[in-house]
Amino acid sequence: MSPMKVLILAEHDNATLKPATLHLVSAALQLGSDISILVAGQGCAAVADNASRIAGVSRVLLADNAVYQYQLAEALAPLVVQLASDAGAVLAAASTTGKNVLPRVAAALDVAQLSEILAIKDASTFVRPIYAGNVLATVQSLDAIKVATVRTSAFLPAPLATSGQAPIESVAIATAQDQSRFVSASHNVSARPELGAARVVVSGGRGLGSAENFKLLDPLADKLGAAIGASRAAVDAGYVSNDLQVGQTGKIVAPELYIAVGISGAIQHLAGMKDSKVIVAINKDPEAAIFQVADYGLVADLFQAVPELAKSL
Amino acid sequence: MKILVAVKRTLDAYVKVRIRQDHSGVDLTSAKMAMNPFCEIAVEEAVRLKEKGIATEIVVVSVGSDKVQEQLRGAMALGADRGIHVQAGDDLESLNVAKLLKAVVDKEQPGLILLGKQAIDSDNNQVGQMLAALAQLPQATFASKLEIAEGRATVSREVDGGEQVLSISLPAIVTTDLRLNEPRYAKLPDIMKAKKKPVDIFTPEQLGVTVKQHLKLVEVNDPPARKAGVKVASVAELVDKLRNEAKVIA
Repeated sequence: MSPMKVLILAEHDNATLKPATLHLVSAALQLGSDISILVAGQGCAAVADNASRIAGVSRVLLADNAVYQYQLAEALAPLVVQLASDAGAVLAAASTTGKNVLPRVAAALDVAQLSEILAIKDASTFVRPIYAGNVLATVQSLDAIKVATVRTSAFLPAPLATSGQAPIESVAIATAQDQSRFVSASHNVSARPELGAARVVVSGGRGLGSAENFKLLDPLADKLGAAIGASRAAVDAGYVSNDLQVGQTGKIVAPELYIAVGISGAIQHLAGMKDSKVIVAINKDPEAAIFQVADYGLVADLFQAVPELAKSL
Repeated sequence: MKILVAVKRTLDAYVKVRIRQDHSGVDLTSAKMAMNPFCEIAVEEAVRLKEKGIATEIVVVSVGSDKVQEQLRGAMALGADRGIHVQAGDDLESLNVAKLLKAVVDKEQPGLILLGKQAIDSDNNQVGQMLAALAQLPQATFASKLEIAEGRATVSREVDGGEQVLSISLPAIVTTDLRLNEPRYAKLPDIMKAKKKPVDIFTPEQLGVTVKQHLKLVEVNDPPARKAGVKVASVAELVDKLRNEAKVIA
């Protein structure tokens, strides 16, 4: 394996390390063997401890400082740029945090950034989706430092180390900035698993007809321990909030089981879920495009089929 | 306040994309082109800020071949006051586009720079953030709400799991997400008027920028097709298949 140094931005919320980070580590190990995970935040020592227990990680860099509390791009990018100076690659999840920060890092390093890589061909060649996932481009980076966001669902999670942990090194670099200030955040509170990381996803489309009817999916999702998702059409119609959107303009998911309820199967939706292991479609229109990607299709009235399915599990 | 809006000419969002037979790229020969939808939202937001009396002038800029002037005219029909065309290839990398826009920002000194969060062809989602880095300006990406007051912008951002609100000093870079607004359609008299609005043309050399290649497109391919499976006749059969054939439920 090449000695290339790879710097990973941990995906976290100061309290917990997000599973996406495990997927980033397995992507990083395809590039090199010297893997550093940067945990930048405030009061995030527990996150660093979790990160240090991932198999294959060489060290955790802990930048615990108030300036990194909200992971604002203006604060985080200069830190990453400094730490990246001797790295061969810098990776972050293609999350809203990674997408926000990494292009700023790349430009400061005067290198290109590759977005949402799906596969690594060799240390400088990557596959990534363009045109809403309707085309896959194989792209070679000519830069000394490869900077890329990773579609984490395309890489398996790295396992936890069976024993021991990587060293955690404190990073003292911190420059205060006042260009950008955090005002507030609202999180959509849910007892359900996170959409991007769930083993099972139950998604609803315009076929549900209203925000009230959308709740029909709850008992089914409860039975399956599933996350709830939605098509762009259902979001635009106001049935659910945008953060549930599965698709090119929303979340890209690849669960073991994806159940599409009342979803027609627009290209933009398929781009967000077609890598799921098993796809089930329930739709009353036998011609719906969703059936072309479904492993199991049920042509039925969802208002009868969904409660019946929930009951029989 | 002067607003600079950057727009990109892309394949029309409703046109099916085809790859060339030799896999060297996407076939855009005689394809219908349009302004990138996220850029339309950026133009609309600028026009609304002008209607509210917050913006005094809207300058629209596009980087590419002479054909991007169609999109500049389109933005001027919606309300932009003048255009800047930076002459370059149509498939310029994000970093090069950001460097060219940085030079335009230096020239124009806008109070706010609006861009779409990503172009629907390359799906990069980079230019705004890169421009912010090069111009050393604050950035608010994926904006769903924008308010300007007392030299700062308050921006709601669509982030994973919810919404984040930031206050950023001006000048600043804001990139637009889908729910920021719904763009209007241009009216015929405005389309006619837009033809008379001025467009300045610059080359990268005139802007002092050297375009450099950082990436090489090796090939493009269709994504692997997913095979259609089977239709089941009942919920009971579906449960049986999931349990005993796919083994994804207990």
